[in-house]
Amino acid sequence: MIKFEQVSKTYAGGFQALNQVSFHVEPAEMVFLTGHSGAGKSTLLKLISIMERPTAGRVMINGHDLRKIGRREIPYVRRDIGMIFQDHRLLLDKTILDNVALPLLIEGYSMQEARKRVSAALEKVGLGDKLRHYPMMLSGGEQQRVGIARAIVNKPPLLLADEPTGNLDPKLSLEIIRLFEDFNRHGTSVLIATHDLGLISRLRYRTLSLKDGRMINDGLAED
Amino acid sequence: MSLLFRSRNQGAQQVKISAFRRFVMFWLHNAQQALGSLGELVRYPFASLMTMAVLGLSLTLPATLYVVVKNTDSVGANWQQAAEISLFLRHDLSAQEVATFSKRLSLSVAIENVTWIDRDSGLAQFREASGFGDALNSLSENPLPDLLLVTPAATHRGPLAAQQLLASLQQEREVDEARLDLAWLEKFEALIQLLRDGFLALALLLCISAILIVGNTIRLNISSKRDEIMVMKLVGATDSYIQRPFMYTGVWYGIVGGVIAWLATAVLIWWLDGAVRELSQLYASQFSLQGLNFNEMMVLWLLAIGLGLIGSYLAVRKHVTAIEPH
Repeated sequence: MIKFEQVSKTYAGGFQALNQVSFHVEPAEMVFLTGHSGAGKSTLLKLISIMERPTAGRVMINGHDLRKIGRREIPYVRRDIGMIFQDHRLLLDKTILDNVALPLLIEGYSMQEARKRVSAALEKVGLGDKLRHYPMMLSGGEQQRVGIARAIVNKPPLLLADEPTGNLDPKLSLEIIRLFEDFNRHGTSVLIATHDLGLISRLRYRTLSLKDGRMINDGLAED
Repeated sequence: MSLLFRSRNQGAQQVKISAFRRFVMFWLHNAQQALGSLGELVRYPFASLMTMAVLGLSLTLPATLYVVVKNTDSVGANWQQAAEISLFLRHDLSAQEVATFSKRLSLSVAIENVTWIDRDSGLAQFREASGFGDALNSLSENPLPDLLLVTPAATHRGPLAAQQLLASLQQEREVDEARLDLAWLEKFEALIQLLRDGFLALALLLCISAILIVGNTIRLNISSKRDEIMVMKLVGATDSYIQRPFMYTGVWYGIVGGVIAWLATAVLIWWLDGAVRELSQLYASQFSLQGLNFNEMMVLWLLAIGLGLIGSYLAVRKHVTAIEPH
């Protein structure tokens, strides 16, 4: 599903964020990506969603070489990827309904059609009754779940999460991870970047560890 | 549409939306976005009205100047009938010869009308008008020549054509001297040309400044929505989807700005008309300014909308693409 081949990324200032990273995430696999801050986790996710381009090497999604994706095609790639952020990136002046409906409206749904799917997605994350609320009226965990609802509302085959549990207590964090497990069981590939090692070790999923831009471990997390 | 997942693409298209629905939805979305931008403008009425007023007032001055030029053209058309050539004939011509010459001239295509003022009636007029009656009585013979007043045909009234006609009349055997008071005509033409050029230059400058102002306002709109644009790009919005509401904002600026231009032009012309009436009364003529007609108003409106659209297009093209999620 996601394949990195000898991928390096050097930023304009000369900082090398990734150094010859290779790995392969299978379809319907759930994988954690870990490492200290600055180890290259975010850069790796940005290369998948084409927010950055690799300096060397090749990134493939479902057998498609991302180097061949032109600027104008990037939006269509992102529609296949559900993205979740630590700061959830909700639009604060729009209701939860409008926030979650955004990816659908962009794809050309009518509001009526979108509403059904939005309700289903919010139901799934346990916020079915918060349609008319604004993000600021919700707690941090709820906001994060709205972000997840937005990421899964158009049923993308691939989910990327950048520190989705960063601001949450362990109980809420586990709830969020359980959500991802649920999507994963329905065939979605999930890649979660986190530095919450305790969480990872309890779950025993395949874990990619980065250190200073290099892949130092691919397998179960070491405690 | 899915680029990376072929199976998803087909499945999605079957389950979701047919091409026809997509087409309908595209226009529905456009209408929604247009209304959405209008709503946005209504939320900040003062700021929006300022930009609209700038656009409208920028067009008012050229529109008013255009009206003035249009009216001077119509006035000028009346005045040019005064372009009359006076032919002073040789003294030794008989009345018969003068009559033949006058007849011959009036057949020319360049000439509309010839009036013959014979030397005796000329003297009589002069005596009445000048008050030199006694002095004239003492003259042994009439010193005045026969005079033909030639009105050029409509095609020969311009300064250049009239001058050519004058030159050819001067060559005639019967003519002693031909005169055309061209200086004022040339001055008048030059003045109108100056007005016309000034109007064009001013219109061009003001249109450019209107575009820049709209562009700058839209640029500010874009940067105040930076976060929203970033999120939209993250969830897969194309540039054109993001740009559309801003373009509609530009169109709304034009629509309202055009109406402001109509009103301001009407007020300005009403104001000038008072002065023009007074002036024309001093010249004992009835004249009042013709305002914009329906077609001209539509052109003005389209121009305003076009300027709004161009301004917003320049802004979104530069600034929406520049915002990239990070």
